[in-house]
Amino acid sequence: MSGTATPREGGAARADDGVPAPGEAGGIPRGPGPAAARPPLVAALRDAGLAALVAAALFVPMVGLRTDVGPSGGGLFIRTRWADVAILVALVFGLRLAVGLWTALRPAPVARPGRAALLARVGVFVAPALLVFALVFPALPGTTRYGLDLGILVLTYVMLGWGLNIVVGLAGLLDLGYVAFYAVGAYAYALLSTTFGLSFWVCLPLAGVLAAFWGVLLGFPVLRLRGDYLAIVTLAFGEIIRILLINWVSLTGGPNGISGIPRPSFFGLGFSAGGGPGSFSDFFGLEPSPTHRVVFLYYLILALALLTNLVTIRLRRQPLGRAWEALREDEIACRALGINVTNTKLTAFAIGAMFGGFAGAFFATRQAFVSPESFTFIESAIILAIVVLGGLGSQLGVALAAVVLIGGFEAFRDLEEYRMLVFGGVMVAIMVLRPRGLVSSRTPSVALGKRRAVSGDLVGQGHG
Amino acid sequence: MAYALQQLINGVALGMIYGLIAVGYTMVYGIIGMINFAHGDIFMVGAFISLIAFVLIGMGDWGTGPGVILLVLLVSMAVTSLYGWSVERVAYRPLRGSFRLAPLISAIGMSIVLQNFVQVAQGARAKPIEPVVTGGFEVWHGNGFAVSVSTMQAVIVAVTLAVLAGFTWLVTRTPLGRAMRACEQDRKMAGLLGVNTDRTISVTFVIGAALASVAGTMYLLRYGVAHFSDGFLVGVKAFTAAVFGGIGSLPGAVLGGLLIGLIETFWSAYFSVQYKDVATFSILVLTLVVMPTGLLGRTEVEKV
Repeated sequence: MSGTATPREGGAARADDGVPAPGEAGGIPRGPGPAAARPPLVAALRDAGLAALVAAALFVPMVGLRTDVGPSGGGLFIRTRWADVAILVALVFGLRLAVGLWTALRPAPVARPGRAALLARVGVFVAPALLVFALVFPALPGTTRYGLDLGILVLTYVMLGWGLNIVVGLAGLLDLGYVAFYAVGAYAYALLSTTFGLSFWVCLPLAGVLAAFWGVLLGFPVLRLRGDYLAIVTLAFGEIIRILLINWVSLTGGPNGISGIPRPSFFGLGFSAGGGPGSFSDFFGLEPSPTHRVVFLYYLILALALLTNLVTIRLRRQPLGRAWEALREDEIACRALGINVTNTKLTAFAIGAMFGGFAGAFFATRQAFVSPESFTFIESAIILAIVVLGGLGSQLGVALAAVVLIGGFEAFRDLEEYRMLVFGGVMVAIMVLRPRGLVSSRTPSVALGKRRAVSGDLVGQGHG
Repeated sequence: MAYALQQLINGVALGMIYGLIAVGYTMVYGIIGMINFAHGDIFMVGAFISLIAFVLIGMGDWGTGPGVILLVLLVSMAVTSLYGWSVERVAYRPLRGSFRLAPLISAIGMSIVLQNFVQVAQGARAKPIEPVVTGGFEVWHGNGFAVSVSTMQAVIVAVTLAVLAGFTWLVTRTPLGRAMRACEQDRKMAGLLGVNTDRTISVTFVIGAALASVAGTMYLLRYGVAHFSDGFLVGVKAFTAAVFGGIGSLPGAVLGGLLIGLIETFWSAYFSVQYKDVATFSILVLTLVVMPTGLLGRTEVEKV
């Protein structure tokens, strides 16, 4: 456990760099070098001053000169906001100075194997604790309707993250168009239920099958592509689906979407606020309450998410899952060993897409309304961010990242337009500070002898 | 025939803009092997800087003319380059040598940051400006359909060609260009031979951003409006152009941009406007599936 568990800069990951970077992460030369002679405070001040200069040049035109449409509806005019610029520049200066001083003055990092072992021991209890919390959450006294809705939202993203994790984390196929399968699932349920009157429980598997079918359809042409090319083709595919949804008005209702999608029932018992005969509250002799449906939806998505997790964990131990992970590490070696690369990739796409389809059907039934607006590229980016920020391939990491990102995103609802800015900034910051994600160590699926967690640096994800 | 000729002219003007952005994608991909996802948004920032410059000049009543456009272009190039440099410094450089997905995610994050930064700083409404270049001339008159080239289109083509000529000179004839090409071929070896690779990569981003800002200015002049979300779609199309022409190849990027511009214009003119983006994306998928190296790209030999 000692050396392998925590270091961020493993030899394998640095291999393709080769050139020693003169400016480390912060850009401040550490150790012997021309700048080492300078006292740290002066160096940090100089650096912060430069950063402030750059910031001033960036912010003066963009923030300082705000263009506004004139009151009479005429041309644009400029409103100056020098105070905002000054605040921003001062902020940059202060932050840079703090970072500079911290990097220069902090004690040399010492390896603390005890801490890593402790983290590992605590880590064992995190997942069961989270699970128990998720199970009892609706019954907790402080849980409000808003909290339940937020829980449903977070769990939807947990499920999407776990679904995408099969494609990206296990099989190493970078998919930027995952939202397309989500959309296929949502529209499949919306159309099947409104046109043919099928119930949610019939449509759920159908939505999954349809999404899986689309996954295979997309998978076939892109089998030969690798890495970034694959990413961009899947992105294009996602956009094509969205444009089709917008423009095929006769089928999808175009930009207006489909409304009046039926809600799910509990073994045939509906959730009506009035609580008439044959409803859930009537059957169980409960006081009719709109909360019942929300709680039911909460447990439904929890069950779906856990199903995704269970399938993933089981598959990882089977030949198929091992083939995925082998494919992620080295495609050529896989071919040489006689693994059918085509089938392996297609199953990854299909199974990942299937869970996306399930989540989509759930989304449609929860909202009772779908429109192309819900399936933009940014949605794909958020799901991918959850997977990567959580630590590729780590089930717990994906769940944690979904809670942090989506929960945090909702917590700053009052900030309105600023929160997306913060969201993007957090994505960059987590990548820069922890490129391997929040949970960067993982247990190998198959091991000789004792199972040991290895650092994420030693796993070559994202090469495929 | 006249109609087709008109579409050809429109397509070339649009394709030039795509080509300029595509060069930025292809350069960055060639040198550090990553898709600079924020490049489309750098283009949008460039458009906004020129918008602000145009409004400032309009308020100062300094008149209009080729001098003003040149001045705006220079200001926009300077500021946008700084944006490109900062993005590389903040979001990509710390991740150099990290695994492949890390810079991509960082770039997506940066793209979100830039879009929303501009939205917060400049407002969510689309910003229109008065047409700066007006007029045009008729080239040909046939079958009752006049083929005309607007002065605007002529300016776009002329400026783009001039900028590309300067850029080609920079890459092929200067020590800086030599360093860039060396880094593209083998970064480790170039570093060992005394090329400052970090600086060269920075310069690559700066040049890419400057070209994107020229494209942004031209886009603003052509359509007369700037919006904070303009960058994404144009960026993806420009990336398509880069892939179509063969990623890593500079002439390929321009060629790909021209072709994408032409295809989009002709598709809109003869088939349907709604599905023009589907046409572009289908080309992207088809190119990658049928000939992943693009039109002018070299084949990558994989060694084990």
